[in-house]
Amino acid sequence: MTTGLSPARSDTTSLDLHVPAPAWHRALRRIVGHRGLAIGAALLGVIVLAALLAPWLAPHDPYAQDLGSRLIPPVWHATGSWQHPLGTDKLGRDYLSRLLYGARVSLAIGVAAAALSGLIGTTLGVLAGYFGGRIDSAISYVLTTRLAMPVILVALALSSLLGTSLKNVILLLGFLIWDRFAVVARSVTQQLRDAEFIAAAKAVGASTPYILLRELLPNIANALIVVLTLEMAHAILLEAALSFLGLGVPPPLPSWGLMISEGKTYMFFQPWVIVIPGVALAALVLAINLVGDGLRDLNALDGRHHGGSQR
Amino acid sequence: MSALLEVEQLQVELPTPNGPLRAVRGIDIEVERGEMLCLVGESGCGKSMTSLALMGLLPRRATRTAKRLRLDGQDLAALRDRDMAKLRGNRIAMIFQEPMTSLNPSHTLGSQLVEALHQHRNVTRAQARDRAVYLLERTGMTNAAQRLGQYPHQLSGGLRQRVMIAMALMCEPDLIIADEPTTALDVTIQAQILRMLRELQQEFGTAVLFITHDLGVVARIADRVAVMYAGQIVETAPVRTLFAQPAHPYTRGLLNCIPVRGRQQPGAHLTAIPGVVPSLLGELAGCAFANRCAHAHDACTQTPPYPEIEAGHRVRCVLAAGEPAMPTETLR
Repeated sequence: MTTGLSPARSDTTSLDLHVPAPAWHRALRRIVGHRGLAIGAALLGVIVLAALLAPWLAPHDPYAQDLGSRLIPPVWHATGSWQHPLGTDKLGRDYLSRLLYGARVSLAIGVAAAALSGLIGTTLGVLAGYFGGRIDSAISYVLTTRLAMPVILVALALSSLLGTSLKNVILLLGFLIWDRFAVVARSVTQQLRDAEFIAAAKAVGASTPYILLRELLPNIANALIVVLTLEMAHAILLEAALSFLGLGVPPPLPSWGLMISEGKTYMFFQPWVIVIPGVALAALVLAINLVGDGLRDLNALDGRHHGGSQR
Repeated sequence: MSALLEVEQLQVELPTPNGPLRAVRGIDIEVERGEMLCLVGESGCGKSMTSLALMGLLPRRATRTAKRLRLDGQDLAALRDRDMAKLRGNRIAMIFQEPMTSLNPSHTLGSQLVEALHQHRNVTRAQARDRAVYLLERTGMTNAAQRLGQYPHQLSGGLRQRVMIAMALMCEPDLIIADEPTTALDVTIQAQILRMLRELQQEFGTAVLFITHDLGVVARIADRVAVMYAGQIVETAPVRTLFAQPAHPYTRGLLNCIPVRGRQQPGAHLTAIPGVVPSLLGELAGCAFANRCAHAHDACTQTPPYPEIEAGHRVRCVLAAGEPAMPTETLR
């Protein structure tokens, strides 16, 4: 054995890695090049900014009631005023302020519920796909059981049992919508399980947790990110539905679903009370879905570019 | 001192719907320290299963049995999975056939090389990096330090195989199992890689079990050769002896299949061994090669002996055992 572990070669140790074009730059160019993704990302960016800056953008306290100025129409109506640009609800609360704070609720639920379901679904899917056999059968059984349950009904039942709160809605949705993560993670893992680089990792003595987390997960992340965006939109819609049915986020939290629900008695005479939160909800879900579809397209392109080396 | 790797009666069985497939049928191998042993055979003869069995990386449904399976005196068959994982990469490393797919596409070369060392050694990142750069340079890669930040898809097949070789050498293993490491490469690159591998092997004193189907490669790098047929080793000899005095009809057949200028008429058909490899399902009675052998006779239905006909030269054939005298016209 002629070499130690650290041959004294100072000339090769300098860390000046010269990378020709920064990867994020190329990524950005491709995002802008994809029209749907660009529109979706811009729209989503606006909504996220609005949610983050709600305390500064909102003209009023979203909880402050003023029964003297109930159901003022938005500014484009003859009787509207800039005092309340989007009008007020039946309790005289400023609609624009509630809409801005409502974006926070929707996004928080979308992100948290999708993250929780992603954690559950990916873990189960990767374990089932990697180990196969009995573990796969057991997890597939849980998965089919889960798929047999109607999400909205189970969510309604459980939320009336557990009581309504933001935390409960997130937990409920997180534990109910992990199925797509599991299905995708399982099938992608099955494709990669016998890849030669996994065998090569075993051949350098890597442990199973190491192989799953470091070797496998980065290679299935692309597929999972697409699912993540779609499930985020799914969770936001489910929350709105639950809130509309009165078993989601409890009032007076400004949730968009709740705003639609509270406005439904007035919808024939003051249609804007449901149109405004409805449009906001549709825009957010559309934006997230556009981003998700765009990411999926970019993934497919990626696969074509250096797909030959992948499998 | 006993050999570095001692394998006696290694068997691998795979269950199939048509009964067990006996891919490896009791092979004996010894690899000395610092030696290059070539395991030669055609596709499907059990070469790769042998290498996976030695690494403990067989598919889960496969079963491995061995009378003796020792690395440096340590019984590998008795090791638990966790302890075997500690040996892999550390004492035994492996180089795979497909350099295009055996690197993880999501990590840089640097991180993969560094991790190979970090699995087994408590060294700083900088030390591991230095070792990676040093080994990459030794495999003939230029700008090794810059390339550490690159991803596998940015490299050619030849460069990737150099990375795989450097990765195998990261922990200074005693034994490297190389499963057709040059088969997927261009002939010109193949020659470079073989020369480099031979040089590094001799310099570091690493033993290599080199698996190939290519006798041209064998002639170039081997110290000793073991010829495998239908899950068994049919002949083993030092490389010179094997090429000068091949004793098993199968080995001679293989050597005859190499086209040599002057021996064949231009435009004539290339020589081939008639017949096909027997199915490895179930038992094989007698000599596995008998149905393709020009010299087969009644005695071949019995299990052939495996005599040592001269020092280090063993042949699994009744003809080699002495009588009747081997017809000589098939010798080159």
